[in-house]
Amino acid sequence: MTGERALPYLLLAPSLLFLALLFLWPLAEAFLVAFSGPGGQWSLVNFREMAEDLNFADAVRNTLLLVAVVVPIQLALALGLGVLLGSLDRGRDGFLYIWTIPLGISDLAAGILWLAMLSERGYLNSLLAALGLVEGPVLWLSYETPLALFLAVVVAEVWRATAIVLVILVAGMQLIPKEYYEAAEVFGAGAFQRFRRITLPLLKPSIQTALILRTILAFEVFAVVVVLGGRDLPVLAGEAFAWQYDYRNAGVASAYAVLILTVSLAATWLYLRLLRVREESLA
Amino acid sequence: MISAHVLRRTGTVCLAAATFLGAAVVAASAGAEILFMSTQLRPIEEAQKMREEILRNFPEAVEFVPEDTGPFLNRIEAEGETGKVTVGVIGALHGDLPPVARYLDGLDDLMAKLSADRRFVPTFVELGKLGTERQVYVPWMQATYIMAASKEALDYLPAGAELDRLTYGQLKEWAKAIAEATGERKLGFPAGPKGLMHRFLQGYLYPSYTGGVVRTFKSAEAEAMWAEFRDLWRYVNPRSTSYDFMQEPLLAGEVWIAFDHTARLMNALRESDRFVAFAAPAGPEGRGFMPVVAGLAIPEGTPDREASARLIDYLTRPETQLVTLREVGFYPIVEAELPEDLPAGVRLAAAAIGAQAGAPDALPSLLPVGLGGKGGEFNKVYRDTFQRIVIRGEGIEEALAVQAGKLARIMTETGAPCWAPDAPSEGACPVE
Repeated sequence: MTGERALPYLLLAPSLLFLALLFLWPLAEAFLVAFSGPGGQWSLVNFREMAEDLNFADAVRNTLLLVAVVVPIQLALALGLGVLLGSLDRGRDGFLYIWTIPLGISDLAAGILWLAMLSERGYLNSLLAALGLVEGPVLWLSYETPLALFLAVVVAEVWRATAIVLVILVAGMQLIPKEYYEAAEVFGAGAFQRFRRITLPLLKPSIQTALILRTILAFEVFAVVVVLGGRDLPVLAGEAFAWQYDYRNAGVASAYAVLILTVSLAATWLYLRLLRVREESLA
Repeated sequence: MISAHVLRRTGTVCLAAATFLGAAVVAASAGAEILFMSTQLRPIEEAQKMREEILRNFPEAVEFVPEDTGPFLNRIEAEGETGKVTVGVIGALHGDLPPVARYLDGLDDLMAKLSADRRFVPTFVELGKLGTERQVYVPWMQATYIMAASKEALDYLPAGAELDRLTYGQLKEWAKAIAEATGERKLGFPAGPKGLMHRFLQGYLYPSYTGGVVRTFKSAEAEAMWAEFRDLWRYVNPRSTSYDFMQEPLLAGEVWIAFDHTARLMNALRESDRFVAFAAPAGPEGRGFMPVVAGLAIPEGTPDREASARLIDYLTRPETQLVTLREVGFYPIVEAELPEDLPAGVRLAAAAIGAQAGAPDALPSLLPVGLGGKGGEFNKVYRDTFQRIVIRGEGIEEALAVQAGKLARIMTETGAPCWAPDAPSEGACPVE
């Protein structure tokens, strides 16, 4: 009898151990390193060094801007695509598979893909030149064109990571009973009304999950930015990497990590508050 | 109460132990191979050359594992701290080794033995002691930074300018002429995230203009230098802040004139009908240039020190050194006759290296020594200064004052004495 009761815990134990070893431990470690000074005493010196750094303000601004621009675009796109998928009679799976291809590509590879298109002698410039729209190669990705650089990262990120939002939302949409839509139609509700009154409210739990996931990942945006912008578009995760591996200062790198964790937690808390889901609607 | 330091230390050890589990599995499956870890020859083609060509005549089994400097240092440190050493031989740049020097075995015996039948460059043997009394590494191979240009650029060379005797003023005129003729900025520097721009600033620009690196950091000469360099930057391809290896933009035609490490120009120089190589330009104080040395070391507690020593012996033989030169473009650190049939790219680079080191105004500038783990932050000072003054257009005097403060702090914290071309110092090298 006791064996049977212990079984679920035993089965859960490996994953718990895994998480503790590879997630909680490094997390605690990062906190310790971030808050300790050169002699091992508790100190805020790493945070001071981080805040005084040349790239800090830019990294904070760029990361927040990217999140603020990329996440809403992705949510809107995924909602639109999801609704479109729902109204398809045939070939639904085919579209879904194609739209989720970018999900299987590593972010570094995605960055390189877009770099091939947007670099000085890339496909975009070749196309524009062939159409006679530009005379010579145009520089899109340089510190002299911060807006174009930023937009390139936005486009690449949207292309790369909208699929994950889409998958979560489509799964959520499938849970909404068809009867609601039929009833609404009987009472004369149009497509937009059905979307606003039925799809959106019932999709709230999925939207919440998707937003939390995407926002946290967006705060950690790294490879795409590094490939497309190098250090011309500093972001938080990129600075953490540079402090750890280029400047060999684990203290400041950990301070950045703690900062990323803090903003991610804050964003998650905000979503949980703003998109609070009532128990009874969790069917 | 447990201090943060103690907690951190136990954490490191446990994490290291976890790393070890993985390493032990690899080692066990590989049998009694010598594990050769290197921060050099990381690109896949170069690593393959090491395994298939350079090590071909070595009778024992060697596993060559190239690794990025960061993870490399972490591993050496982790193995040293736990005492479970798997690495047999370490290959790294002179500047990579100081942070882990305390985990490395003294090699005075080996150095003496090897010097009996081959002649090492004495400066490099001295460098291998990392400023101590003990031989920390045996010199392995050398390279340096030179200039390369596409032959198309040569039409615009200013009148009277000689490639191997250029000045920074002439380089600007040259790039300007190209920009005016083609409408494109065709001069390039490796100022990307993995580029070696800081070496250009430390080993070339600063010595050429100020005759120093640390002492003269915010001197009047440095101010004039930055003003001139900012002026030159008007003709530099703005993608430079993303370039890591200049061979790529050279081959793509984005850039016609470039500065970089010989190994990072080699793919372009191989096409010797398209490109030329030449010495770095000179400034008012001379032709500053930086020789780069890679060394071989043995971690303390290595599984089989005799085998490690045999591998080092093999790699530093003149004939192996020539294979290394031919295959990966690193130059010998022992006396070796250069054969006639060297590949074109290697010959181009060798001629440029010779012209650079042999120029009458040559001003060799060593890689930073004695900075311990602060080497990265030291480089950051120079890169940030460049970022502030040239890219962001901040006031030169103010930017130099701010960055000089950071530089002075690093020098005091590490206590590193001045290295050439700065005049020697008692104690930490001062920022004057």
